[in-house]
Amino acid sequence: MQSTHGGGSPALSGMLAPLEPSPPVDRIAAEERAQSLAKRSIKKSAKVAGLRLAIQMMDLTTLEGSDSRGKVSALCMKARSPSPGDHGIPSCAAVCVYPNLVPIAKEALAGSSVKVASVATAFPSGLSALSVRLDDTRRAVDAGADEIDMVIDRGAFLSGEHARVADEIAAVKEACGDAHLKVILETGELGSYDNVRRASDLAMYSGADFIKTSTGKIQPAATPPVTLVMLEAIRDFYFATGRRIGMKPAGGIRTAKQALHYLVLVKETLGDAWLHPDLFRLGASTLLNDVLMQLKKEESGAYQGDEYFTKD
Amino acid sequence: MTIKLVEEKALMGQDRRRAERRLDFGHAWDYAPAPEGTDHVRLASRYDLFIDGRFEPPGAGRYFETINPATEARLAEVADADERDVDRAVAAARRAYDQVWARMAPLERGKYIYRIARVIQERARELAVVESLDGGKPIKESRDFDVPTAAAHFFYYAGWADKLRYAFPGHAVRPLGVAGQVIPWNFPLLMAAWKIAPALACGNTVVLKPAETTPLTALLLAEIIQEADLPPGVVNIITGAGKTGAALVGHPGVDKVAFTGSTAVGKHIQRALAGTGKRMTMELGGKAANIVFADAPIDQAVEGVISGIFFNQGHVCCAGSRLLLEEGVHDTFVRKLRDRMATLRVGDPLDKNTDVGAINSKMQLEKIRELVASGEEEGAERFSAPCELPERGYFFAPTIFTGVAQSHRIAREEIFGPVLSVLTFRTDAEAVEKANNTFYGLSAGVWSNKGARLFKMASQLEAGVVWGNTYNKFDPSSPFGGYKESGFGREGGRQGLAAYLVVE
Repeated sequence: MQSTHGGGSPALSGMLAPLEPSPPVDRIAAEERAQSLAKRSIKKSAKVAGLRLAIQMMDLTTLEGSDSRGKVSALCMKARSPSPGDHGIPSCAAVCVYPNLVPIAKEALAGSSVKVASVATAFPSGLSALSVRLDDTRRAVDAGADEIDMVIDRGAFLSGEHARVADEIAAVKEACGDAHLKVILETGELGSYDNVRRASDLAMYSGADFIKTSTGKIQPAATPPVTLVMLEAIRDFYFATGRRIGMKPAGGIRTAKQALHYLVLVKETLGDAWLHPDLFRLGASTLLNDVLMQLKKEESGAYQGDEYFTKD
Repeated sequence: MTIKLVEEKALMGQDRRRAERRLDFGHAWDYAPAPEGTDHVRLASRYDLFIDGRFEPPGAGRYFETINPATEARLAEVADADERDVDRAVAAARRAYDQVWARMAPLERGKYIYRIARVIQERARELAVVESLDGGKPIKESRDFDVPTAAAHFFYYAGWADKLRYAFPGHAVRPLGVAGQVIPWNFPLLMAAWKIAPALACGNTVVLKPAETTPLTALLLAEIIQEADLPPGVVNIITGAGKTGAALVGHPGVDKVAFTGSTAVGKHIQRALAGTGKRMTMELGGKAANIVFADAPIDQAVEGVISGIFFNQGHVCCAGSRLLLEEGVHDTFVRKLRDRMATLRVGDPLDKNTDVGAINSKMQLEKIRELVASGEEEGAERFSAPCELPERGYFFAPTIFTGVAQSHRIAREEIFGPVLSVLTFRTDAEAVEKANNTFYGLSAGVWSNKGARLFKMASQLEAGVVWGNTYNKFDPSSPFGGYKESGFGREGGRQGLAAYLVVE
């Protein structure tokens, strides 16, 4: 770790505390805790408030090879106004796309509060030369991305090259300039909660603004226990440095019930400060309509057919 | 000199900034009340004694009230059994033993026990609600722990009924006769299951007395036993206070006494029964140490410590009521405990989001208050969870004491409430010494990432159960019981059969 935190990259020197060994994570107990929080009963006013919050925290995502101008524009319209004609429904936090589609999203979202997030660094594997990944990042930022979702090199991490992973994150952070950096750990490939915790610590100590579970291309993607372990890492980092890092579970979150479960995890692990789109996001492509359907149901008392919700 | 001053100032600034870092568990997003429905529960206004398969009024016609500790409202009246009622119950159990149960083919006995288990499952929602109403425990605990574990005990021992000769290879086994069983108020239905299931599987008959503050689920169990069509007299359930219990355990027709409760009453029973030849098992008090090493999975250890002491309001004989922290991890761990305590939801036991419910009785609440006051007087530092307590009912905010010494009363006496005493240690040997420095010996917890250390500690701790990187885990197949003044005899598992058999 000397290379990163002894000399330090210019962006980081003087800013961070030295990186200590990460605490171990007990798998059974962590899963049990996440499961116990799934039993919170969220009804009526709590459900409505939670679902509205979930919309405001949503990074509406499309990351397909077939993504086009039309697809991205439509998604942006949905993010600005998730339920046309219903002015009570808030906008989403961001739209998340591939770098080439950033200009289209930027244009479609002009004048709105919705941010443009772009995956970068040779998403989803990250297995390209660092110079290519940095260039990918700069181009996305230059095209107008407000937020960059990078991937770590899991191969390097798993073969023990933690210092290299940390240095690369720091380099991408530098390339981001003013854009916010979300670091995707791809927890489904890390193999243990101990590794999830270690990668979270590396990312935060190397300059991440957010840590994010998954690309959505690997199963399992986000899970409640993985999210809990990352939230606990964020909590320890906050007490060690005073910096509040954001959290983004992504992939596999399809139902309103799941979204509420994630909010419960945040509320009971990190408290009120993190119940805000600046510090918590949900990365999802199909979640929004289920949340809208549940909100309508709370309002009218009956479920509406899915043809009442726009498919984008 | 100047440089040193500047450094000191910078350090002070750093300390201040550190002190300002705190989590806010406020009202940014509140959970709405989520009360469990009670429409499906029909409580009678009065319950009689369950003797010889029927509900019968007590001979003297006396009844007492059982109340809901969360509201102080009256729930029902239950019979107060006197010596003559005990006599009738024991006589019914003896008849059933001689004429039916001991003679029955073991496979058939097993079928009855399976039937009880299944009816408990069918009536699980009702049992859970009544358990929370009568005892004050959160519905999520009675629903997810007490009732399913009670059913599991009947299922488990039903399976043993026709396999007893395999439990003790090379030995012949036979039942003891009539068992007199007295159970506490902290897990009313579950303790009834722990007592009745192995006794029946081994061919004994039973007279059971539930605690006077929590008789209702045992009386529902009596209905279930009727529904399961158990032969009359095999299980008798009589209600009353300490006098009834004394009459039961002292009755000459009782061959075996099984008691779960306080060490003081346990000792009293042992004195009274000395020389009578009655077999006894005692599951008494505890003052368990939860030992956390610096290399432990800290966030999971925090969870374990929290559930170890606040589960069931701390009304748990194996509660981890002493926390031994390796010195280097003390400050961080205590900070994490306080943050975690801020998220505990204290209040209405029937709300599905309640984590800590009502203290079981006014008497118990007063005992907790008295011991907490002694902790403050003796100089330990108190922190109580910042929660609002309901105006009515018996509630006590989850509390921890730091700076506790071995000599403080709160480090030695069983509080049986949501109160944790935090101590520190430096080495493994010191941890063992402090953990064992108690006249109790029921349970202990060890938290470390080193497997070898877990096993070494487990072998040195004088406790019937030692949990490693977990706490309060129960399974019917796992024996439970104490060392020293925490009692003797084991309940659960193959070992639990020995308490109800003559092994020759």
